[in-house]
Amino acid sequence: MSATDTPAALPAPDTARRSPWGEVLHSLLRSGTFLTGLAILLFWVVCALFGEHFVPYDPLDADIINTLAPPSADHWFGTDQLGRDVFSRVIVGSRDILTVAPLATILATIAGTALGLVIGYFRGIVDDIVSRVLEAFMAIPVVIIALLAIVALGTSKATVIVVIGLSFAPIIARTVRSAVLAERELDYVAAAKLRHEGALHTMFVEILPNVIPPILVETTVRLGYAIFAVATLSFMGFGIQPPSPDWGLSISNNYGMIGGGFWWTVLFDAMAIASLVIGVNLVADGVHGAFND
Amino acid sequence: MVFLGGQVLPGNVGRAILGPFADQRAVDALNHSLGVDRPLLVQYGTWIWNFLHGDMGTSYIFRAPVAPFVIDALGNSMKLALVAFVLVVPIGILGGVIAALNLNRPLDRIISLGGLSVTVLPEFVTGIILILVFGVWLRWLPIAAAWPKGAGVLTQLYYLILPSLPLFLVLFGYIARMARSGMIEALDSDYTRTAVLKGLPWRTVIWRHVLRNALLPTITVIATQTGYLIGGLVVIETLFRYQGIGSLIFTAARGKDFPMLEAGILTIGIVYAVATLVADFLYSVLNPRIRLGAEQ
Repeated sequence: MSATDTPAALPAPDTARRSPWGEVLHSLLRSGTFLTGLAILLFWVVCALFGEHFVPYDPLDADIINTLAPPSADHWFGTDQLGRDVFSRVIVGSRDILTVAPLATILATIAGTALGLVIGYFRGIVDDIVSRVLEAFMAIPVVIIALLAIVALGTSKATVIVVIGLSFAPIIARTVRSAVLAERELDYVAAAKLRHEGALHTMFVEILPNVIPPILVETTVRLGYAIFAVATLSFMGFGIQPPSPDWGLSISNNYGMIGGGFWWTVLFDAMAIASLVIGVNLVADGVHGAFND
Repeated sequence: MVFLGGQVLPGNVGRAILGPFADQRAVDALNHSLGVDRPLLVQYGTWIWNFLHGDMGTSYIFRAPVAPFVIDALGNSMKLALVAFVLVVPIGILGGVIAALNLNRPLDRIISLGGLSVTVLPEFVTGIILILVFGVWLRWLPIAAAWPKGAGVLTQLYYLILPSLPLFLVLFGYIARMARSGMIEALDSDYTRTAVLKGLPWRTVIWRHVLRNALLPTITVIATQTGYLIGGLVVIETLFRYQGIGSLIFTAARGKDFPMLEAGILTIGIVYAVATLVADFLYSVLNPRIRLGAEQ
């Protein structure tokens, strides 16, 4: 082993000089906000991946003689109206939202980045028209778009991913566009043009790597909003469908009874959503801080 | 700043919304074979024409004209939104101003972090927690926004406090954050320094110079949150079983009651356009530069 080898702790095979990414990573690992958020997020990711192996009960198993039992030693979070263990359901309930929301965010990032690169690079009339359409689109609340799309297309996880992904794409496109507008004036873009590189090459090979930081920041912020949106749609009955133990769905099935004092059927799900959303926002805040310091 | 206002608040966005909405309507109509024998443009034209004449169509479910339902629901939603706005605008601005005047001190941290945390939570989550605390455990407030028929204004207000709180919480963070950053910027500006150096009392500087400039971007934010508020209404009205425009759209969407759905959404589009216009107007009234021009 030579002395120039990168230490194993660094994930990316960095070049000899200290890369800007190394610095970002360094400041991330010192940010309390980021680490707290990451811990919360990782907890739920572990629950989503392995939760079903360590929960005490099957989250879908009904126990008819033991319905709506308050929290006890047997059932830490009590049972719901079908006698299902709320603790197990909350743990495993992270799975669907942690599949749908990230996929929607990835879709939004890919579509938004491509769109933003194109309108930022070409500017002119393409930019004018597309930007106005995007503005109009952004003015409509996601819930309303989702409602209409789901009425037209029917409810499924795929519909939710596509609806949320496409409603968030304009926001990412706007961010990418403004980053590209600054980049396209720089010398390396002029050099690429002088080399007669095609527009596609210039956009995706030359400019794209330089606008990654704002995209990354926007993506983490969007993930928070995607979780917000998925949870809300599930609560409205337009998102994840039964018998999934999804949090929003559980709240929607049980909140009608809270007047009767069955608080444990909704409180833990609500807290779970709250912790996940805050966790992701802390991560987003940390990433934003790391790139802007 | 004026340029920013022009970018964020163009009066034609509201009108532009009608485009995508109409298109969605057309898509829906096509999908469900609603009078597809006529060309879509003709259908759309007749529909708009009738709408402008107060005829919003006939509900499929209730077998009755849509208009009375929509107008009732809109009135209810306006009440709810009004309660939320009346609470959140002064408190949010006050929170932001206090945070900015105590920049980086514990009070600022508490307001900023607290505001941010409640802002990112979905309304139904804060709604559920508030219902549990104030409705179920403390029994201070009713858990459903359904007051007895013929209830007075105060009773209605009493029933509306709990539903308006989740909206309040979501908006509070945005407004406080904008007010805070507007204040910080204004406090740091040359005109504030000039005012201080000219020997004006600190209180006068804050009221006459800083606040007026600091609140301009905040008004812009409040206006852009109208669209957001409408989305929030759909959720809140469902949660609290409140007969507003949000739950009307929700019920219509579930029951595939298209005339009702279209009328509800077009109404929202109009409300949004009007809100944007009002914000534009307020902005110009409050902007000292514009008023100065008028005086000369």
